[in-house]
Amino acid sequence: MERKFVVNDMVIRFANVNGTGSASANDMFAKSIFRMGIPITPKNIFPSNIQGLPTWYEVRINGKGYLGRKAGIDILVGVNPQSFMRDVKSVKSGGYFIYDNSKPLHKEYIREDINYIGIPMIKLAMDNYPSARLQQLFKNIIYVGALATLIDADIDVIKSVISEQFEKKQKLIPPNFQALELGINYIKEHYDYPIDVKVEKANNVGDSILIDGNTACALGAIYAGATVMAWYPITPSTSVAKAYETYAKKLRIDKETGKKKYAFVQAEDELAAIGMVIGATWGGARAFTATSGPGVSLMNEFIGLSYFAEIPVVLINVQRGGPSTGMPTRSQQADLISSAYASHGDTKHVLLFPSNPAECFEMTAQAFDLADRLQTLIMVISDLDLGMNNHLSPPMKWDDERKYDRGKVFTEEQLENMTEKFGRYLDVDGDAIPYRTYPGTHPTKGSFFTRGTSHDEYAKYSELGEVYLRNVDRLADKWDTAKTMVPPPELYDVNDDKKSLGLVFFGTTTYAAVEAMDLLQEQNIAINSMRVKSFPFTKEVETFISEHDKIFVVEQNRDAQFRTLLINELETNPSKLIKVLNYDGTPITAQTIMSQIIGMLEPVPAELN
Amino acid sequence: MSYLKPLFHHPSLKENKVGYVKADYEGVISTLCAGCGHDSISGAIVQACYEVSLEPHRLAKLSGIGCSSKTPTYFLSNSHGFNSVHGRMPSITTGANMANKHLIYLGVSGDGDTASIGMGQFVHAIRRNLNMVYIVMNNGCYGLTKGQDSATADFGSISKTGESNPYNGIDLAGLALELGASFVGRSFSGDKSQLVPMIKAAMSHPGFALLDVISPCVTFNNNKESTKSYSHVRAHIESTSEFDFVPEEKAIEVDYAAGDSAEVELFDGSKILLSKLAPDWNPTDKFTAVNRLHEAKSNGQILTGLLYINPESKDLHSMLNTSDKAFNAMDETDLCPGSMELEKINQGLR
Repeated sequence: MERKFVVNDMVIRFANVNGTGSASANDMFAKSIFRMGIPITPKNIFPSNIQGLPTWYEVRINGKGYLGRKAGIDILVGVNPQSFMRDVKSVKSGGYFIYDNSKPLHKEYIREDINYIGIPMIKLAMDNYPSARLQQLFKNIIYVGALATLIDADIDVIKSVISEQFEKKQKLIPPNFQALELGINYIKEHYDYPIDVKVEKANNVGDSILIDGNTACALGAIYAGATVMAWYPITPSTSVAKAYETYAKKLRIDKETGKKKYAFVQAEDELAAIGMVIGATWGGARAFTATSGPGVSLMNEFIGLSYFAEIPVVLINVQRGGPSTGMPTRSQQADLISSAYASHGDTKHVLLFPSNPAECFEMTAQAFDLADRLQTLIMVISDLDLGMNNHLSPPMKWDDERKYDRGKVFTEEQLENMTEKFGRYLDVDGDAIPYRTYPGTHPTKGSFFTRGTSHDEYAKYSELGEVYLRNVDRLADKWDTAKTMVPPPELYDVNDDKKSLGLVFFGTTTYAAVEAMDLLQEQNIAINSMRVKSFPFTKEVETFISEHDKIFVVEQNRDAQFRTLLINELETNPSKLIKVLNYDGTPITAQTIMSQIIGMLEPVPAELN
Repeated sequence: MSYLKPLFHHPSLKENKVGYVKADYEGVISTLCAGCGHDSISGAIVQACYEVSLEPHRLAKLSGIGCSSKTPTYFLSNSHGFNSVHGRMPSITTGANMANKHLIYLGVSGDGDTASIGMGQFVHAIRRNLNMVYIVMNNGCYGLTKGQDSATADFGSISKTGESNPYNGIDLAGLALELGASFVGRSFSGDKSQLVPMIKAAMSHPGFALLDVISPCVTFNNNKESTKSYSHVRAHIESTSEFDFVPEEKAIEVDYAAGDSAEVELFDGSKILLSKLAPDWNPTDKFTAVNRLHEAKSNGQILTGLLYINPESKDLHSMLNTSDKAFNAMDETDLCPGSMELEKINQGLR
């Protein structure tokens, strides 16, 4: 009888102890599957800790290219006894539990409905490698070899990935190959292989790259000409700074002098970090910072200054689980309101919502143009899932004809020829955006006094109500100008003429939402969808919301903050905006979206069918 | 409210080397209390900038919040100014300095703005040896909120309401020395002959220059039992030396007798001349400065003058090895690595 295989569709989870080198072995495994032309979604589920606590690495393999997280684990590689109980429980019925059988498995871990594959990983490692450290490291490669054989992965591809990984430490290649073979051979000698979930070479990744969002943001900043990066370490944004420094060292050193065309300043706290950014952009450089929710809370006072004194700022907000210190190593989209309206008084800020690394690159670069053009703070709203995990992404693109838009800045020559008095906050062009000057431009013209206090068109302090109103009302007009400059939403129209059902999502929810759209279609539920890319909401967003009768707003926080923004900004009737939420710190799944929507549609009203 | 001064200049006003008269360095009329020490410091800044023939746009003035931080509108109207938020002037100045290393950055702060809310940023600007002049207009109280003691108020100083301060005061000059500041001076708002050359020297110094200037608050902290009152400061002042600043190109004509004078050459070739030196004090030796400060304090004296200078000072730009061209003058051609490079990066991620 011919066996039936599930091909290129599975979730594999590795349960490890952090600090044991497992991450790099798991990464090599995932990369090998990607190199076989099969879309993958790797996710690190790690503790806020350096060594000794449970950590998981999950890879969804999906030939159709669905990149959202999927619940239900087909294969679990359990090498951490601390988490055995929950690891065994997490395997779906009929799935596989791969474990180290150097010691027998306690009977409490035995489930009748799953398959157990024991491999004497530590025994094999001890027999072949001299030191405890090496045994630990190569144990990881042993299970990679075993797993690869079980799912029929291409061993040559894995070997080439290993060779690349150790390109600069060539002597590590043979022992790694040896470990790989130990795992392969053990399976071949003791088990039937492949098992009924397997991979097959495909051609489904096109020209995609595998990169994390934080690195892509950092590269976007480098391409956009950011010269000052001021930051304070905080998970999950630290790697934005690290990647900026790494690439700046390669790409921003003056070849003749060896001097740096960037300043990388680790600040004393987040307050100082954004202060440095404001100082630098006031001085005419492009500058940015990267932080997470707690950092944004600390930056609030300065955020208000940038809004009111109209100073460009680019801030990458890599959200994590809140409130307070919250879940520093888990993902959420829960800083929407605190970002959109950060700081005291009437303030509003432009937000951009990238949904994959290519957009992290593009939107970060675009944020610099928008910040200069609008003379205000632009926040790129990422999250831990997007920022710290590798994602299959379209390649990053740059057009060499592209010029930086530095906005309205008077040059020395323009000031010299100016006959009227320079007014820093004068709306000359009727778009509510005034002109600015950099310090040091002209000896006697164009100087002004920047302040966070109420000011007139000439930057002079004033407590007069009418002067204050002219200024803050112009800022409201500038907000309307911003609506015409930020990226419009992406619409996925199923041509539902009745326009009854709508689905709204943004950021990393996109992966799961796109998959959910297909699942809903399979259930014959017609739903028009919109991915929002920015705040303030553009005309297109307003139209979509007004045209649909019932709109599901999918987001990853408890209080449906995005829905609140829609209600607040568009004065939408709250009863037509239905919450679809996931906020346990793990990325949302398509199944979650679909089941919540179907749950809320039942009983299906006649007019929807 | 700000009041503009008339633009009219008397034709006989003397132009400096770059063609500006002293009035070109002034600001709007002060709204501080009559007799405020801060106004004298503003006057000294105007005097110093005029005398060193600084083009007004080559300087940026920055401040935090408080009476002292309002003063940048009262001097140098032709310079860009930035009145930031409370205690955060150092970070704004750090950023501005990173954007354009070719300007002089003059930060003005108060004792509340520096020694309390802004302590964190103050110490880290020193740690980075940011190239700036940092003037603390130090009156020992919060003037703008009506006279609360500040962290620099001396132990036992009696406030206007008659209460004795139970806390030890923070000595900002001593702290700066301890943190490794490369230029530390203390002065008194009422001693222009010392303050003007000290500001000039600080502007020439390539690194962090702290000027802790005692500046009495005439309204809330000028009772005679206050250790920051005009009468107390005048009665207890003691200086390390007499002080003069000689710009690079000016020949040195004064000849001091050996043994009681010293000369310190600055990075840009200008010199500081010190005469009538205090015994056991060497301006380039931090230890003697620290000792003199402690001695003076235990004798109930307020030690003024240059306390310490490191002629080998290397500022943040030197530490970071940044390019000579200012970042704010760079564009795509300087900064963008281009599409070919990006494609290489993409290829490495496949």
